[in-house]
Amino acid sequence: MVKNAVGRVVPTTVNNVAAEPYKGVGKHRPRGRKYSTPISSCADYPSDGNKLVPSLKEALIRSGLRDGITISTHHHFRDGDLIANQIFEIAAELGIKGLVWAPSASFPCHKPIIQHLENGVVHHIEGSMNGALGRYCSEGKMAGLGVLRSHGGRYQAIQDGELHIDIAVIAAPAADAFGNANALYGDAACGSLGFALADSEYADKVIVVTDNLRPFPCVPWQIQGNYVDYTVVVDKVGIPEKIISGTTQITRSPDRLLLAEMTARFCEQAGLIRQGFSFQAGAGGTSLAIGIYFAEILKKKGFKSGFARGGSNKYLVEMLEQDLTDYILDGQTFDLEGVRSLRENIQHVMTSPFTSYNYHGKGNFASMVDIAILGATEIDLNYNGNVVTHSDGYLLHGIGGWQNCLFAKCVILPIPLFRGRVPVIKDQVTTICGPGELIDVIVTERGIAINPLRQDLLDAVKHSSLPLRTIEELKAEADRICGTPDPLNLGDEVVAAVKWVDGTVIDAVRRVIA
Amino acid sequence: MYNKLVSAGNTGKNAGSDCHVSLELLETGGIQLSIDSKVGTLYGGRIAALCREMLGHFGIENASLAVEDSGAFDFVIAARIEACVRQLIPTDKRYLPELIPQNSYASKADKMRFSRLYIPGNSPKMMINGGIYGAHGIILDLEDAVAPQKKDEARLLVRNALRQIDFYGAERMVRINQLPRGLEDLDEIIPHQVHLVLLPKCESREQILEVNERIGAIQRQHQLEGEVYLMPIIESALGVIKAYEIASAAENVVAVALGLEDYCADLGVRRTVAGAESLYAKSALVNACRAAGVQAIDSVFSDFQDEEGLRETVLLAKSLGFEGIGCIHPNQIKPVHESFAPLEEEIEKAKKIVLVFEQAEAAGLGVVSIGSKMIDPPVVKRAVQLIDRAISLGKLPQNWRPEGE
Repeated sequence: MVKNAVGRVVPTTVNNVAAEPYKGVGKHRPRGRKYSTPISSCADYPSDGNKLVPSLKEALIRSGLRDGITISTHHHFRDGDLIANQIFEIAAELGIKGLVWAPSASFPCHKPIIQHLENGVVHHIEGSMNGALGRYCSEGKMAGLGVLRSHGGRYQAIQDGELHIDIAVIAAPAADAFGNANALYGDAACGSLGFALADSEYADKVIVVTDNLRPFPCVPWQIQGNYVDYTVVVDKVGIPEKIISGTTQITRSPDRLLLAEMTARFCEQAGLIRQGFSFQAGAGGTSLAIGIYFAEILKKKGFKSGFARGGSNKYLVEMLEQDLTDYILDGQTFDLEGVRSLRENIQHVMTSPFTSYNYHGKGNFASMVDIAILGATEIDLNYNGNVVTHSDGYLLHGIGGWQNCLFAKCVILPIPLFRGRVPVIKDQVTTICGPGELIDVIVTERGIAINPLRQDLLDAVKHSSLPLRTIEELKAEADRICGTPDPLNLGDEVVAAVKWVDGTVIDAVRRVIA
Repeated sequence: MYNKLVSAGNTGKNAGSDCHVSLELLETGGIQLSIDSKVGTLYGGRIAALCREMLGHFGIENASLAVEDSGAFDFVIAARIEACVRQLIPTDKRYLPELIPQNSYASKADKMRFSRLYIPGNSPKMMINGGIYGAHGIILDLEDAVAPQKKDEARLLVRNALRQIDFYGAERMVRINQLPRGLEDLDEIIPHQVHLVLLPKCESREQILEVNERIGAIQRQHQLEGEVYLMPIIESALGVIKAYEIASAAENVVAVALGLEDYCADLGVRRTVAGAESLYAKSALVNACRAAGVQAIDSVFSDFQDEEGLRETVLLAKSLGFEGIGCIHPNQIKPVHESFAPLEEEIEKAKKIVLVFEQAEAAGLGVVSIGSKMIDPPVVKRAVQLIDRAISLGKLPQNWRPEGE
């Protein structure tokens, strides 16, 4: 264990792999070369391009399913995923033990994995753990450490060889027998398959599973068949109603609408909304409402946004079609209007964690975005942010693209000052997921605090009518209203490591004493 | 009083920020606490300490107290415990949470009252953020929004809320119950910085005087000063007939509101969006209020999802002479303010009047005119008021006068 650059005591090995402590933004400069997969030969693959095998089980066996290996899946089907659970049922049936599951994110539908963690089929999870899985891990019940990475950090870890994937299973709404795949067609159409890109490029074996086999060529080939070992046809890869995200309705909550309105007002009065500006678009109810306010401001001023990056949905598509933005750079698609637009509009472009987020690349899109609006479960007086644990210590959310988006030019967090009775601004956050130097503005219903490091923003709104407060003042008000909470009593034992975008360990999650 | 289990508060899915407390007095055995809290990890110790302190305050040494907490703030838990205690022992004692200094601002008789947000008097979740939406007034409602069996506990919750919640400059209002129960409400709430009391189903001058008499007695008892304003609500055919009598009944009546649900029921007609059935009542009320020199306030618009309908209703109300409307949802406040706000052309005209008047005054001229129109003092007063409103609504900068004037 060692103290890192944000003062957190973190492990130096994670699941028997050496891990560097966090050193600061842009400080860790790894040498060496990227991970590479074994050389393949066409001699070993059918020359007619038909890689179909009869079942997922057979594909897994042929891919070398055995004890202790790492299997990855993507989360584009969100809570409607039908494939991940099947993989571990097959492994259990074959008596396989000690697997590592490396999903790009987990959802409540993956609760059955708990039984495979209990019976030893799965050793641990490297990926976000939400809901029941987070609870399980938090209570110290998982055999190995959980490893939490951002979307970009996952690409980085796979690319750098820090996370080796033995078998990638890529569920696809449309694919051909060669393995070319996309998510634009079929019952499970979910827009993009970007989260599976690294898996296709770097896994030793790649299986594409589809319920919509199309004649060669399946275009566009967001996943290229040249990376794919086997293709499998199943009845159903996902449940369409659950693939559509639950958070695609604009909020009617007056508290959230107020936060959205204040955020938009801040952006307008700080002069951030300019001709050609770009913004990160999120899927939450508040983010959607902010998008609507942005659109109103653009119309009022006769401006047009250069690009919107992030999750797409009908509201963003409307902005594109009303010519209020030039491009949508789509990381994940939240509804069928988004899928339709991706299919039809060449200015609605698929992206991946490689193009948008990977910190070990030659630049990425996230840092080119003008305004990123993000959430947080907690913020401390130094503006450090937490997105993975709640104030009671439980691991309940993944990092998503949050860490990666912190590199935008202006990062704004619209958050309520307290949730229920629990204050959001703390002396110290339970888990540091992002350093305060990258978080610029906190918008709460009771005032807006600007990070003192951003003198430019402070100057820009000095004469505005915005309710500006210091973060200390906001915290004092929340503590007066809620009462100061008792200190959290956590065990010493580390249950999960939180990685920064460069693969270093920024914090460790401690066991909750249940 | 022993072996009788009493309870107060709410539990279940919609009881966020509330708690359910049950209490039984025992003959021996000391204090037995059972606390089941959603935020127990962070606040369990604090809640237990509050429970013990309160029981001690009321001199209870042996009791079984159970708190089922959905994240209630201390002042809510305290109100619930006190509500239990009062069901079991007669006491003059009260357990008052701190009156926060932020709540000691004053109101004034002709304050702008475009919007006033109704908050049910027994729903702590809606109270805590009541002030953040910028409503001109916050009404903690003890009347229709509280179930009959919850009236006593709501009164204590409203009292504690008045002491603890910062409404950020909004006028602090309470709607009491119909008399005589409303008089008991006054006993509990008047000592805690209430700016204005809404008196429902008002039909006579005598009711106003009765309320004022009680307020006066409470103020003398607690050695309180300052005016408590009244806003009677007229909700019957007789009330409309008596509107002027009510509006002019006392100096502290600053506004009269209309309640159309009950009024229409009294008339035996259906309330419509177009509102032809209430046009007489509206005009009669506005006329009575103008004659008495108080504000006329329109009835609430009940479909909070219909923003367009709300805007039309407010524009009509404004054109009839109303100066405010009740809001039942925070999302109604912004459209209400925008619709009641003075129009650009009204602001321009008012600016001109004020500037011409100031110039004439400086030149010592007695008679002021713009073009061929004479400007009377009441016109100037109205223009000044309109400009003040435009400034406070952010439609006009503080220093609106042209450079060099």
